[in-house]
Amino acid sequence: MIWVALGLAAAGCYLFKVVGMSLPSAWLDDPRVLRIATLLPVALLAALVAAQTFGNGRALVLDARAAGVAVAAVAVLFRAPFLLVVVLAAATAALVRAVSG
Amino acid sequence: MERRSIVRDAVAVGMATGAYGVAFGAAGVAAGFSVLQTCLSSLLVFTGASQFALVGVIGAGGGAAAAVGSALLLGARNALYGVRLSGVLGWTGWRRLVAAQGMIDESAAMALARPEPRAARLAFVSTATSVFVLWNLATLIGAVGATAVGDPAVLGLDAAAPAGFLALLAPRLREGGGVWRVAAAGAVIALLATPWLPPGVPVLLASFGVLVAVRTR
Repeated sequence: MIWVALGLAAAGCYLFKVVGMSLPSAWLDDPRVLRIATLLPVALLAALVAAQTFGNGRALVLDARAAGVAVAAVAVLFRAPFLLVVVLAAATAALVRAVSG
Repeated sequence: MERRSIVRDAVAVGMATGAYGVAFGAAGVAAGFSVLQTCLSSLLVFTGASQFALVGVIGAGGGAAAAVGSALLLGARNALYGVRLSGVLGWTGWRRLVAAQGMIDESAAMALARPEPRAARLAFVSTATSVFVLWNLATLIGAVGATAVGDPAVLGLDAAAPAGFLALLAPRLREGGGVWRVAAAGAVIALLATPWLPPGVPVLLASFGVLVAVRTR
């Protein structure tokens, strides 16, 4: 299953890159196309943050991950570099788990 | 003089994204990908947010369709960079086919910042090359490191993925213009749909959050 997903994602993502380079630039003249394309990653990334912080299969749970992401949010507010944000989140979650057993 | 500063910037961007590649390598292994599969993701998919979505959805128990769907929706923006840049870069044939794999956030941003075609081409090639090399090297290090560690939850690696998405989202939120509403709508849709749909599908559904912004304008 992982191999199939990996193959399809690789092929599809490459196709987007090639097709984009082959389209006429007039294609961007419609402001709605530009707006949707700019905002699509925002909606998806926000959904991924929410789903991966609180989702556990089909259940919504509040566990150590939420503490980790909360600390990450503070780090982001202070414009910490990417790796620091990720490391702080992981360390916080690990700490909460270690303390709560 | 300009050449040197372009290449220096490219190396700096490559090192910054390389650091983030370590996180991807670890996230891939934490999601159940082998080291080989994780490394092939970085070589072949080669667009960070899509790769994180791919391993994130599968790691959360989602199916291949939902994982690929999320990865493709996030990868669609690379097509937009291509449309904007193909005129300036001016490549055709095999050059375009090779350059396409390097059409990502970082290389596009660096090339778009240089209005003069020769500088734009150098910025694109040097940034794409430096990110490609360091991203893949970092993925290998992260994947091998995480394999050595064993249980990802002990190290809090399951919190690393959503934190990573948050860090990717942050610069877009600072742009303003209804972006916050779209993000909130996306997150709410994903959470509301979680109890009712298989893992990964709520995230796809959340892309409709974009309609909030498009309709209110």
